Amino acid sequence: MSGKWLARAGKVWLVLILIFLYAPIVIMGAMSFNASPFYQLPFEFSLNWYAALSENDAIRTAAIRSVGIALATMVIATALGTAASLAFFRYEFRGKFILQTLLFPPIAIPWLITGTAMLIFFFGIGLGRGTPSVLVGHVALALPYVIVVVSARLATFDRTLEEAARSLGAGAWTVTRRVTLPWIMPGVVAGALFAFAVSFDQFVVSYFLSEPGDATLPVLIYTSIRKGFTPEINAVSTIIIIISMAVMLVAARFSNFGGDR
Amino acid sequence: MAKAWTRDGLRATALLSPAYLWLTAAVFLPLSAMLYYSLLSDVPFGDAEWRITLDNYRAFFETGTYAALLWKSIRLGLTVTVVCILIGFPCAYVLAKTIRGRSREALFLLIILPFWSNSLVRIFSWAIVLRGNGVLELAVNAVLPFDIRLNLMFTQTAVVIGLVHSYLPYVILTTYLALQAIDDTLIDAARSMGAGKLTILRRLILPLSLPGLLAGAVLVFVPVVGAFMEPRILGGRFGTYYGTVIEDQFVAVFNWPLGAALSFILLAVVLLILALSSPILRRAPA
Repeated sequence: MSGKWLARAGKVWLVLILIFLYAPIVIMGAMSFNASPFYQLPFEFSLNWYAALSENDAIRTAAIRSVGIALATMVIATALGTAASLAFFRYEFRGKFILQTLLFPPIAIPWLITGTAMLIFFFGIGLGRGTPSVLVGHVALALPYVIVVVSARLATFDRTLEEAARSLGAGAWTVTRRVTLPWIMPGVVAGALFAFAVSFDQFVVSYFLSEPGDATLPVLIYTSIRKGFTPEINAVSTIIIIISMAVMLVAARFSNFGGDR
Repeated sequence: MAKAWTRDGLRATALLSPAYLWLTAAVFLPLSAMLYYSLLSDVPFGDAEWRITLDNYRAFFETGTYAALLWKSIRLGLTVTVVCILIGFPCAYVLAKTIRGRSREALFLLIILPFWSNSLVRIFSWAIVLRGNGVLELAVNAVLPFDIRLNLMFTQTAVVIGLVHSYLPYVILTTYLALQAIDDTLIDAARSMGAGKLTILRRLILPLSLPGLLAGAVLVFVPVVGAFMEPRILGGRFGTYYGTVIEDQFVAVFNWPLGAALSFILLAVVLLILALSSPILRRAPA
């Protein structure tokens, strides 16, 4: 009897956690449709803030810049990361373990440390702040994720397929292109989407590396919040969270977490 | 044989070097540059006079202010970690052991999804909820028969709530994976031998899920110690932590060498924690 009661309490707990996780996001989204600039209730539906958004040049340029950087990060990190994953999968060599361990510092070290270190170094070598620096930083942060996701997919790949293709006379490049890549494609797509999300949602590193005049969207939002915010920020935040959740849902479908494919 | 090895070696190098050169230029060299900077007396630009010194580290150990802030950040990290475990463990348990099939996958995805969305925006959403005269205050007053003032914005509680919201999915993820790996027949066996629920939890489930739980704890603790955006937005006047002081050195005060030294001390703390927990982390699944 008490077992049933406990199971029910557990489910209630799970629902409460989901409410905790989603309620603020839903409320933020709802407030972006509220007419009052001071978040006053009762709720009065209005699209004013989205209209204001479409006329806000600073936000629009920042949004275009953010998407551009995220796309570039995605392409570069996916190419470099997939190549590295193939090397780890195919070859045994000295130092392999060390190289794999080196993937963790970019993930595990707080971004505050990585970001400030990048700022110092990029200034030292004359690259300074700005979009190129942000891109270099984002690719470095996304690379480990791509390698981990693609390697997970490669682990399910039957090695003998490569050997069979090679014994039939296919060269290394042909084997990669015609045998290996098609198999690991879901992993590569998932890795690419992760890379996009890492860059698109990245705030800390962009904050230290971007110039005041060419901020990415999260950096612009942060500076606006600190100046005192309006529901315009809610509107743009709502759009951002919908995009990043959509990207991750698609990524989850392609990688095998959250479901068995 | 030797020739084949060389060719493989070349191919491996060709495939690996772009990624690792990039990581070197963007992460490993900057971290080394930061160590060098932390030893300078002034920024080495323009006509500034500078020399190699340990003054920045001396500032940390002699003034006590920075050490106190680091301790405050570590306490914040511990608080957030403990809260995440207390509310995350039951959730992971229900997910791993009571719910089955497709709904489990869907719920799991729902819990992980916010974690992969924009952290800044999620912290901002709490600012909307917690502010005075905000949604939370209105909701509480609608339920209670008497009026109370409830303005959590710009308090340490707000910072803790925001950070728990940010990192809770980590704990649930790692604990869920560890719990899922526990064979149900083990639990059945214990039960059939007459073990009570608490005994099963204490003697079987907790020890077996401990690696996952600790992995989650480390993954929460490390970023929280270095947090600066969350305390800035939700903490206001009470939001001065070790991370915000480092931020100030780089964007407001422009004392980069001191900022570099403070960052490096934080890095040392983080590396120490990672090193201490690495035997456990390696045993954890995922």
